[in-house]
Formats: sequence, C-alpha cells, structure tokens
Amino acid sequence: MTRTDQEPAEEHWVDPEIIRPYVVTRGRTQPVHGKFDLISMALAVGPMPGPGSGLDPEHLQILKLCREPKSVAEIAAHLDLPAGTIRVLLGDLFDKQLVSAQEPQSEVDMRDMNMYRAVLDGLRSL
Amino acid sequence: MVFDRSERPRLPRAIKILIAGGFGAGKTTMVASVSETRPLRTEEILTDRGIGVDDLTSVEAKRTTTVAMDFGRITLTNDYVLYLFGTPGQERFWFVWDELAEGALGAVILADTRRLADCFPSVDYFERRGTPFVVAVNCFEGAPTFELDEVRLALQLDPSIPIVLCDARKRDSSREVLIALVKHSARLRAEPVGT
Repeated sequence: MTRTDQEPAEEHWVDPEIIRPYVVTRGRTQPVHGKFDLISMALAVGPMPGPGSGLDPEHLQILKLCREPKSVAEIAAHLDLPAGTIRVLLGDLFDKQLVSAQEPQSEVDMRDMNMYRAVLDGLRSL
Repeated sequence: MVFDRSERPRLPRAIKILIAGGFGAGKTTMVASVSETRPLRTEEILTDRGIGVDDLTSVEAKRTTTVAMDFGRITLTNDYVLYLFGTPGQERFWFVWDELAEGALGAVILADTRRLADCFPSVDYFERRGTPFVVAVNCFEGAPTFELDEVRLALQLDPSIPIVLCDARKRDSSREVLIALVKHSARLRAEPVGT
C-alpha cells in the first residue's frame, strides 16, 4: 500500500498501473453527470442492456454489481479500478438512465436525530 | 440532491465514519472486526493538480500518486449503510483526509500507548476541522497500561471528548467504540439521544 522512499518508483514517469484507468475512461477524468463521492450509492435500474448498447465491459460489470445498492468505493474495490475511474463510468450510466444514484452529504443531515437513533439501533443489533 | 429521474427502489443513505490513528495502531483491524465483509481497498489517483500546492513543491510536474484506503461496510437497516474508512497513514495525504472527512459522522482515533504521539496529528486534524471524534486506546498485549486520565492528559484532550479502551480485534469491542462515537456526535450536533 505504501511505498517507501527506498523504492525506485521515481524512475518511472508513467506507472503502467495508472494507464488502464485512463484507457477505460478514454482519457476522461470528470463524469458527464453528477458529483459522486466515495460513498455515493448507485443502483442499476431497468433491464440489463444487450449487445450493441455501446457500453464497455466495465460499464456492464458495474451494472451487474449494482443490482444491490453499492457505493462508489465498493464498485472501485470490486472492479480493481481507481475511484475516479468509477465516477466517470457511473456518470455514463447515469446519463443513459441505467443507474439511479445519490449524493450522500446533502442527503444525510448530520443534525437529524432520527438518523443517529437508526445508526445506534443498527449498531446495537449487530 | 438526488438525481434519480424515475420512481425506482429507494437507495439507502450512506454514512461514513473515519478510523484514524498512527501506523500500526489497528485501523484496518478495527475495520475488519466490525464490518460485514473483509476490508475492501479503494484507490484514488492524485495528480499534481489535485494536491495542495505546498505538498508537492519539491516534486516534478505531472507526477501521480496512488493513495489506497481500506474500508468496510455495515448494512444497518434498509435505509442506512455505514462505511468505515481507514485514513491513509501518511500526512502528505491530508488532501484525501479532507475528502473523507467531508460529511462524515465522525472519527475514531486509535491510540497505541507505546506510540501515543503517533495520534497527535489526527487529534489536531479533527479538532481543527470540527469533526466529532473519540479516542479509542487499543489494548495491545505487552503495551504499557495507562489510566485513561493519563492518556487524556498526554493528548491534551478536552474533558468533553470521550476516551475509551478497546480491543480492535474484537467485534463487540469495536462496536462499542462506534456506539460511543455516534452518541458523542449526536450530543455535539443536537440534544442527546437514547442511552
């Protein structure tokens, strides 16, 4: 996870591991829609698109994964791609109305006492 | 803002809690013990444009850095999902901490009494940011035992900040720490709830 200063990482101008994420998004770094953060939740909606949908394999993987609600962080972990790449791909899917998604911060009010009660109840019943 | 365009099944609301502390203090251990699956790992690629200017003054342009974060999920109810994020250990990744801390319910700072000073940066960070936090003293075998008051004194913690003992390897113990944090956060943000 962490590189030590002794490793010769500095010698590589382009780390091969970072090429794939940009290829997957065709060089895009910003999603066409939405500001997804790590815990933005996404859920696939509608039937799975067939061939000729113009979607990449990664898009389809996300749709499969998101039959149950998943966060950007979870999708990134399961697809082994950086979160930024997932944001772009989710933006595409959202644009095609294949996922519903929500931003978390504005959605959860940190002064909402019902939220705290629900979280406490949930933790106690673990 | 919800950008759901159609009347579809409702998405659960996601809440995050950060697990901070020095290297080896047990962050990933705690995430693992209380989460419903093994810890997952997500990566953010930072380019020089994304990182604070003063962080990269000595680094050539167009460098990228990958920051890995371990996290876990706890599905609390149909309406709420809790995510626990271990904060990246290196202080040069404050940029990532800012993103993580935004909208967080609060933070657990894990303290190892053998290296108490390691959690100073986390305490400073969350105090400055106004993020509710609790300090959890992870009881490592062979570590010197201190009274909690001594730890409080050493960390110069305000009396209002909860400080608890825990064993990050144990699910029940980690859960109690989270409960202490949620209560503390609720107290700070409104009137007390539950008991």
